[in-house]
Amino acid sequence: MKRPPAIESAVDRGLAPFRGRRAAGLLPQTRMGGPMVWVLAIMVALTVVAAGGALALSNMVQTARGDLAGSATVQIVEPDEEARAAQVEKVQDILARDPSVAGFRVVPQEDIAELLEPWLGTGDEVETVPLPALVDVTLRDGTSRADYDRLGGALRQVAPQSRIDAQSDWLAPILSALSSLKWMALALIAMLGAVGAAAVWLAARNALGGNRDTVEIVHLLGGSDDQIARIFQRSILIDAVIGGALGLVAGIAMIALLGGQFAALQSGMVAGGSLLAVDWALIALVPLFAVGIAVYTARMTVLSSLRKTL
Amino acid sequence: MSAREEEIVQFDNVGLRYGTEREVLSNISFSLYSSRFYFLTGASGAGKTSLLKLLYLAQRPSRGGIRMFGRDVITLPRDKLPAYRRRMGVVFQDFRLVDHLSAFDNVALPLRVSGVREADLREPVADMLEWVGLAHRAEARPATLSGGEQQRVAIARAVIGRPEILIADEPTGNVDPEMAVKLLRLFEALNRLGTTVVVATHDIQLLQKVPESMIMRLSKGMLSDPTGALKYPPRREGTGARG
Repeated sequence: MKRPPAIESAVDRGLAPFRGRRAAGLLPQTRMGGPMVWVLAIMVALTVVAAGGALALSNMVQTARGDLAGSATVQIVEPDEEARAAQVEKVQDILARDPSVAGFRVVPQEDIAELLEPWLGTGDEVETVPLPALVDVTLRDGTSRADYDRLGGALRQVAPQSRIDAQSDWLAPILSALSSLKWMALALIAMLGAVGAAAVWLAARNALGGNRDTVEIVHLLGGSDDQIARIFQRSILIDAVIGGALGLVAGIAMIALLGGQFAALQSGMVAGGSLLAVDWALIALVPLFAVGIAVYTARMTVLSSLRKTL
Repeated sequence: MSAREEEIVQFDNVGLRYGTEREVLSNISFSLYSSRFYFLTGASGAGKTSLLKLLYLAQRPSRGGIRMFGRDVITLPRDKLPAYRRRMGVVFQDFRLVDHLSAFDNVALPLRVSGVREADLREPVADMLEWVGLAHRAEARPATLSGGEQQRVAIARAVIGRPEILIADEPTGNVDPEMAVKLLRLFEALNRLGTTVVVATHDIQLLQKVPESMIMRLSKGMLSDPTGALKYPPRREGTGARG
């Protein structure tokens, strides 16, 4: 196709794409700036907190499952102290011979008393209360439910008052609840992404509407949809980068604050929810995804609106 | 018609209606040739602006066919339209300057859209503003310019890219007679360089200032050809026959 002569001579020297700062002046930045930065900052901050929560819960559940998978507790509820001591001896014999058992430890009575102190208190009267004997058992990897049942049967033969509990069984409802919380956090992230995209969609439509005349003039002067979309993309890109950075800082500050408060609980299970380096790397990706979603949404919004014109 | 002239626009039985209203243009058929100067006349409401909108590809017809630069533009994919629009210069009746850009930036806009580098556009834009007598207002925003000055900026913007076809809707409506003649001389100069010029006007005096021009007359949406130069109806492709 033949080009107009004035442009033809410029073509020989090389054309410059109509984008970046030279094109941005066509649309006043204030039309998309301002509130959009703060909306995106809040979205990113909430997403960072939700992502941090989801990752922490995931780590907590994994750590707890790992710790509990090979653990069991043998409990001997025998009020007579001598009979209880005899049953403990027999239980140790069985455990020492069983191929499923990697190791075991008889929990000292003092530790049991300390565990029960919040409920039973201290004092001479308490010492008269018979406490059960507890044996922590570590099972070998690959121990099946059948092995576990067989071991329980063998223990009951020598110690009728004994009972074996897999630690994972009594923590299962808690782990299930934590797992549900993790999925809820992920759903929250998805919803925040959708709300953020909707906010950008509205802002882009408003900006396009506010610049309708300019856009039409650029079209009639030979501007393409892509050139016009790039102007809006640049505007939202700047807003999203600033908003994303602010949101990331705010989100990390909130995670640090919450992490400090949970750490103060000094609970072994909560400690398993610490964030790892890879988790922080994933959290740092949140604003990048937000920028990507914002720019893509702005582009698609503008292009779909322009397609309705000639 | 000289041998170097070629058919660049062909309207074939074109009709245009807005929504469900009656047609504002009916059975419009004509051909425009390169390097010719055309006037489009008619009373207010005759359909001049609607016909120009079809010409500068701001509107699709309700029926009929339009070929420009040898290509059917009715079925042209959307992404191909900008390339055709860049071959045209348009002076809008309401100027359509970008309010927040200076006169310089408004005139430079077609070149920037086409990808001309900043270093390459400064001189031609400055020259064009000089030519329309607005060099001293290069940094002025349209709101601070008079109607006549805005019109001159609009004209400068339309011709800065040396278009193959210049379409002007009442280009002298807001300027004094002296400037009107000067602008017509600019259009004639462009025309001599090979640009086809189409000027819509209801100013009969203007027609006499370009004696070699062709005249299209619109009345109630119907086109007549008083100078007989529109080759009406257009030549059918491949047959050489008319009608």
